[in-house]
Amino acid sequence: MSAISREDVVHLARLAHIEMSDAELDKMTGELGVIVDAIASVSEVASSDIPATSHPIPLTNVLREDIVGQTLSNDEVLANAPDSDSGRFKVPAILDGE
Amino acid sequence: MHRTPTRADSRSRQSWMVNSSMNELIKLSATELAAKLRAGEVTSVQAVQAHLDRITEVDTALNAFLHVNAEEALAVAAEVDAIRAAGGAQAQALHPLAGVPIAIKDLIVTKGQPTTAASKMLEGWMSPYDATVIEKIRDAKLPMLGKTNLDEFAMGSSTEHSAYGVTRNPWDLNRIPGGSGGGSAAAVAAFEAPLALGTDTGGSIRQPGAVTGTVGVKPTYGAVSRYGAIAMASSLDQIGPVSRTVLDSAHLQELIGGHDPKDSTSLANPLEGLVAAAESGAAGDLSGLRVGVITELQGEGYQDGVQARFEESLELLKTAGAQIVEVSCPNLKYALGAYYLIMPSEVSSNLAKFDGVRYGHRVLPEDGPLTIERVMGATRAAGFGDEVKRRIVLGTYALSAGYYDAYYGSAQKVRTLIQRDFDAAFEQADVLVSPTAPTVAFELGSNDDDPLAMYLNDVATIPANLAGIPGITVPGGLSDGLPVGIQFLAPAFEDARVYRAGAALETLLEKQWGHSLISQAPAITADSIAQKA
Amino acid sequence: MSTEELVDFDVALEKYDPVLGFEVHVELNTKTKMFSDAPNAFGDEPNTNVTPVDLGLPGVLPVVNKTAVEYSILIGLALNCQIAEKCGFARKNYFYPDTPKNFQTSQYDDPIAHDGWIDIELEDGEVFRVEIERAHMEEDAGKLTHLGGAAGRIQGADYSLVDYNRAGVPLVEIVTKPITGAGKRAPELARAYVGAIREIVKNLGVSDAKMERGNVRCDANVSLMPKGAEKFGTRTETKNVNSLRAVEHAVRFEIERHAAVLDSGEKIVQETRHWHEDTRSTTSGRPKSDADDYRYFPEPDLVPIVTTADWIEELRSRLPEPPAERRKRLKADWGYADKEFRDVVNAGVLDEIEATIAAGTTAAVARKWWMGEIARLAKAADKEIADLGVSPETIVELDALIQGKKINDKIARQVLEYVVAGEGTPAQIVEKRSLAVVNDDAALGKAVDEAMAAMPDVVEKIKGGKMQAIGALMGPVMKATRGQADAGRVRELVMEKLGL
Repeated sequence: MSAISREDVVHLARLAHIEMSDAELDKMTGELGVIVDAIASVSEVASSDIPATSHPIPLTNVLREDIVGQTLSNDEVLANAPDSDSGRFKVPAILDGE
Repeated sequence: MHRTPTRADSRSRQSWMVNSSMNELIKLSATELAAKLRAGEVTSVQAVQAHLDRITEVDTALNAFLHVNAEEALAVAAEVDAIRAAGGAQAQALHPLAGVPIAIKDLIVTKGQPTTAASKMLEGWMSPYDATVIEKIRDAKLPMLGKTNLDEFAMGSSTEHSAYGVTRNPWDLNRIPGGSGGGSAAAVAAFEAPLALGTDTGGSIRQPGAVTGTVGVKPTYGAVSRYGAIAMASSLDQIGPVSRTVLDSAHLQELIGGHDPKDSTSLANPLEGLVAAAESGAAGDLSGLRVGVITELQGEGYQDGVQARFEESLELLKTAGAQIVEVSCPNLKYALGAYYLIMPSEVSSNLAKFDGVRYGHRVLPEDGPLTIERVMGATRAAGFGDEVKRRIVLGTYALSAGYYDAYYGSAQKVRTLIQRDFDAAFEQADVLVSPTAPTVAFELGSNDDDPLAMYLNDVATIPANLAGIPGITVPGGLSDGLPVGIQFLAPAFEDARVYRAGAALETLLEKQWGHSLISQAPAITADSIAQKA
Repeated sequence: MSTEELVDFDVALEKYDPVLGFEVHVELNTKTKMFSDAPNAFGDEPNTNVTPVDLGLPGVLPVVNKTAVEYSILIGLALNCQIAEKCGFARKNYFYPDTPKNFQTSQYDDPIAHDGWIDIELEDGEVFRVEIERAHMEEDAGKLTHLGGAAGRIQGADYSLVDYNRAGVPLVEIVTKPITGAGKRAPELARAYVGAIREIVKNLGVSDAKMERGNVRCDANVSLMPKGAEKFGTRTETKNVNSLRAVEHAVRFEIERHAAVLDSGEKIVQETRHWHEDTRSTTSGRPKSDADDYRYFPEPDLVPIVTTADWIEELRSRLPEPPAERRKRLKADWGYADKEFRDVVNAGVLDEIEATIAAGTTAAVARKWWMGEIARLAKAADKEIADLGVSPETIVELDALIQGKKINDKIARQVLEYVVAGEGTPAQIVEKRSLAVVNDDAALGKAVDEAMAAMPDVVEKIKGGKMQAIGALMGPVMKATRGQADAGRVRELVMEKLGL
């Protein structure tokens, strides 16, 4: 297991959409390195024949009947919106591919 | 051989009495208060007002509440009083806890009261819907006193990571009240509320319970609906009760539990007999109960005082007829690692929705082009605290291409191994027992620069979340004048067992001490309040 | 708009073999959304068909729509897929303002249906088998409207507005395995494949299947490899090609463009392409990047779906006859020639003809009306034939009036127009407008006498054995009877009067 590089953290912060200053990136790189080293031991025990548990209590087929319920009013929907226009949420320009 | 609480000796019990606005009502347990309400000896308005007065008196020092809901709480109390006064079928139909005030961890969404998750991200946000547990509390007419402080988005073990200031431990205002649910635990410990709701992802109900000398329960995963609890780690989160007595928690879990069609992971059937189990445990007879001591959750890493109280508790359980057996869960040594992979992974995804588009804060970048990507980045940079960011980035890493198998995938396998360990242990024992936390409450600020040290506080509580099993913490005495918690664990669906064992230990200890542990908490004096406010 | 170099299609196909692949998203027409009980409805006021779940509010949890699961299984069965015994949902993590949670709940490594196939018949009857890799469930995103700058385009927009009504609408994404061997017929096959999927989901009743509303959306993958090669070339994915014609054109365009790039010795960039209907061309979208690390992991808020054999068999019993098999059966039953049948299929009136025959006409009569006068009226009204409002009963009634010699063909066509105009049933219209043919011998006899008197030369020809000359008398007779004379009876009368 390789330690986390600063470049990794830059990439991760971008994936997570959290802007970070150089100082924050440095600090985060150090902290994550320590944490990752401490928890990397899990991969030692996990052999391929052990099934993964993603839900602690195994349930299946929890399904809902196709019946319409209560919706929010447009006012309720937009009540907490940072910005809105004509019944819709307003967001700054989306530059596809950025 | 059993030590009685040292603080009870060294500090004046009378300090409670000299407190000018001290009101006997706030010292009652929820069950006792409910009985008095039903008997007409007190009104709910009186009870609510007494707790509001207490909040006014001490919360400037504690900062347990982020929002006090006085007006609505009094209105609900008045409604209950009116129904009781009118008598008849409507009064008969009231829930037994109707009129008993309750505090709500501010991770649980409420209509008409702000919900912040102790984050700047949600400052001023008003939920247009109620959590399922809140609907149940409204239906049962428990006046909600307000919303309690927590580590931001429930990430932390000290409530120091709140965007709205630390909560202080009523036992020592220089110490942490545990976390993430430090607000609920402190509120209950300081008699600001008889009951509170918490959420427990890795110990956020039980560890604060332990360090504040209160009771807290993490139910079986799915026993209480998560709908409306702001998700931290979906496969680990569970809402549960916080109280000063085991019986009170049992009542509260029966109230908030049960199937919810809005939560796909909700159990099909309610877990029953919790109150009955607590009552039977309180009778003090544990004949035939096999209590398993987990080798890996004691000894090294646990403070001497904690270990001592733990061992004394085992002796006491034996006197009540319990059979103590030693069990080993060897894979628990990987629990912390698995937890700190699964939890941040789910966190990184669950907290993606906080982006400044639909609700919450929107922060514009200081310079450069105004694009949605940059607004999201600036919003999340400003809206989240350091611990939240750390976990989001860690989780993003654990899930990212090339690392998934080694990290997230492996952690899910460890989860299977831990479940198997517990399955084997529960072959030998009906309940398992351990200290709840390895240390007593630490001083504020002592883990500021060492996130790993803080994570270690959860070493004994995390396994229950990974396995989905129920756990309770009950006060086990004091170490250096600070509370120690004892934890019981039971197999999934067997929440009744932790109530039975917990109530038994509570009764045995109180009988030995001659009083409850919490009654020995030092007064929060006017001086100390003035100093911390 | 496009500055792309292209190579002529036929030239390109001499050098290269195209490999196709399709991801078709089908919006299901369930009453509610995939994970919430908000209405799944099109065209309502913005942000009104949303619950806290669809907005991704703090604290909300998803619950799976059972009908959506069943519809997905039906699609899988109709595509001859294996249905997974156990499957689940995963989170696909990426930030985009139309995605309320900033992750899409989808299926990842365990789709509900996998490994199927579908036979695609091209217009001339050639059949291609397209193999289906998987069909999985997921949720749709909200709708973005880009404003300011170049309105409607994402580039240059000042801001965007978001409507989450569509967020959470159930989708089934159908993914093919790579399709090789189509050669020059690749564009045609592309169109036929998407058309077949549309037809199947419509026939199943699980989707409204209106491409213009985005109920069926196609992403088309195209790559070229040198003729005879086995290793696939680099592919591009042209997104949201949302009409059958566009699918055909987009595939054709990309083949021509790829060929030009490859011919010039350059490499195809693996990227998404945007289709522009106005210029019938694609432009470069977004190259694959490390931002495409979607960090899939099992959705912890949802539990697995287990499909029992009983459940699947119950669903299988609900499957309607597959469209291709039905066509084969109907063609044989009706005895239409190949071209006649193809025309009927292309006109989209199979259902109407089937219903008309069931209501009592012959196959020939049904075809005559639906492909003839009704089609003409529809074209004149600029409507789909099915939308004209002609019922099978109308045709049966018209045909009965003709057979009973109450009206002739010409008048029947008039009557149909009046039916379409909403004047009533054919019988009512004939009555009201007094359109019944005149076969009263007295009246007809008089008209015939007058015509014969006026045209003695014609009469002589008839007497001389030229029976077709009777036709010349028909005009004046019809004129005298305002077109309502029964032509057969006129003929009989002429012959009687001449003693023939």
